[in-house]
Amino acid sequence: MSDQEQSEERLPRFTTISGLEIDRVYGPAHTARLDYARDLGDPGEYPFTRGIHPTMYRGRLWTMRQFAGFGSAEDSNRRFHYLLEQGQTGLSVAFDMPTLMGYDSDHPRALGEVGREGVAIDTVEDMKVLLRDLPLNRVTTSMTINAPANVLLAMYLVAAEEAGFLWPELGGTTQTDMLKEFIAQKEWIVPPRPSMRFIQDMLVFGTRELPRWNVISISGYHIREAGATAVQELAFTLADGIAYVQAGIEAGLDVDAFAPRLSFFFDCHNDFFEEIAKFRAARRMWARIMRERFGATRPRSWWLRFHTQTAGVSLTAQQPLNNIVRVTLQALAAVLGGTQSLHTNSMDETYALPTEEAVRVALRTQQIIAHESGVTNTVDPLGGSYFVEALTDRMEEEAGAYLRRIDDLGGMVRAVELGFPQREIAEASFRFQQALERKEKIIVGVNDFVIPEETPIPILRIDPEVERIQIDRLRRVRAERDGAAVRRALDRLKRAIESGENTMYPIVEAVRARASIGEICDVYRAVYGEYREPAII
Amino acid sequence: MAEKIRIIIAKPGLDGHDRGAKVVARALRDAGFEVIYTGLHQTPEMIVNAAIQEDADAIGLSILSGAHMTLFPRVVALLRERGAGDIVVFGGGIIPEEDIPALRAAGVAEIFTPGTSLETIVRWVREHVRPRGVRA
Repeated sequence: MSDQEQSEERLPRFTTISGLEIDRVYGPAHTARLDYARDLGDPGEYPFTRGIHPTMYRGRLWTMRQFAGFGSAEDSNRRFHYLLEQGQTGLSVAFDMPTLMGYDSDHPRALGEVGREGVAIDTVEDMKVLLRDLPLNRVTTSMTINAPANVLLAMYLVAAEEAGFLWPELGGTTQTDMLKEFIAQKEWIVPPRPSMRFIQDMLVFGTRELPRWNVISISGYHIREAGATAVQELAFTLADGIAYVQAGIEAGLDVDAFAPRLSFFFDCHNDFFEEIAKFRAARRMWARIMRERFGATRPRSWWLRFHTQTAGVSLTAQQPLNNIVRVTLQALAAVLGGTQSLHTNSMDETYALPTEEAVRVALRTQQIIAHESGVTNTVDPLGGSYFVEALTDRMEEEAGAYLRRIDDLGGMVRAVELGFPQREIAEASFRFQQALERKEKIIVGVNDFVIPEETPIPILRIDPEVERIQIDRLRRVRAERDGAAVRRALDRLKRAIESGENTMYPIVEAVRARASIGEICDVYRAVYGEYREPAII
Repeated sequence: MAEKIRIIIAKPGLDGHDRGAKVVARALRDAGFEVIYTGLHQTPEMIVNAAIQEDADAIGLSILSGAHMTLFPRVVALLRERGAGDIVVFGGGIIPEEDIPALRAAGVAEIFTPGTSLETIVRWVREHVRPRGVRA
């Protein structure tokens, strides 16, 4: 074989899945500018590139937090009791589409959607069923809810209080990340600015009343799933975080009073090293932003703590067993990237909510990584790798350029109003699809290695009866409550919105009077109008 | 010159997963069709109104929330009620194989499941959708 043949390469250009160019080999020249103390630091030391804890998984493994919620409140409550019996200590609730959009189950737009992708919650009575007999002073509850997060938080508080718990005992998280909703997930009620005002009210209320509640979980997951690159996910998530910290400060809070309770939520896609670099860069960037930009002084305010979910969008309907392998690689990257909590997707999720067997395999994947692979025995084993450090730098550089563009536009709220992140993501997802069509990127079983016959796998079905039962319960609550008290509470909420007073207290009162989510959100819509997205294709 | 085929791409239901709808809309536009994207969170009534007002030749529906068995047939039924049953309805999203026969029986002309190439969709539209003037 000649020298020429030996040096031939398969492709003219090698890139990460997000399109960053990769060199043939990495060496000392790639990390020459790296200063260990300034840019890496030992695990547990600023800027936390190598992890936020000195011992990481030698101390405690990540939390294996699978997400559940489907059908009726009764169905979901049964699933929570089952999970607690299995030793799970945290609950994670998925709500259905009408709840996410602030509509009651009998709203015409809710047709066909009730209980489909999560649990339907119309009034505090549903929340009471959802939480029935759960030890709310001992388990933490994460709620994936954004536009009506203030309503669901109020329902949680009232349901817990009626079950005999005190507010300060309650621990959990509401996602409350509206900016990523406008950018990517697209379940909204009112426009961005009033949405930010509701978040400010929640931050102030949480700091005052709920010492164990995390009001916001800043989420890149949905941004990535909407077609963003890894760099875009990193940049837009941190930019959203900056906007919330800014909002908290503008609401009169001390940054160190609420920053330690902010947490993040990232996606983990297929490109193994790019993802690890993304997580390491995220930690370093956030530490610098909090310390240098916002002047936070508590080390805990500098920590970027994050939950990871493997990339739903990367799973294929074709040859679904292959998804187990994808999820394994993604979960391994999340662990090597230093995640605090992990959700592994199930192989059947391109079709429907997962079956019990598929969820178990997904959970076992995490347990095998944790207990059999040995990768948890030392902290940040890839630290110092020429390639990983160079890629971490590259991620920081590229994401930093986006952060500067967003600052130039006037911040993330303005950028969202202008459709800037939305357009960047639409562009990236179109380019990726074109690369697939040209076979520049391969998805096994989809554009290469295709087999004609597919083996059908079992999928979970939601009983359409759920919709009727849910609507019956809502109508019963409406018939039995004191209608005048509900109207008074809703009027008082409207006045609070208009006068600029903290809205959380009147929302709690409305919930206590058994106002429904749709009725409360109609007040928001009446004052602020519904959000209409700038059209982008 | 032949009239351009007009296609409405719509997101019925409440889910905000619009990546696929937008990518398909762009690919159809690049292929030379006239494409109108309705935006998110549309009811079947809104979609049918838009299709009739825009004098569309086809409607492409995208849904990932599991509400397709309720919403897709509703769009077809409303078109028929409004005397616009000749508008071709096709769809895509997270749709289990076993739901497809029922959707076809309800009058949905084609369902594209995840992983379908843009080229396949463009070719199908060329073969199955005719502009107004040419329609029987």
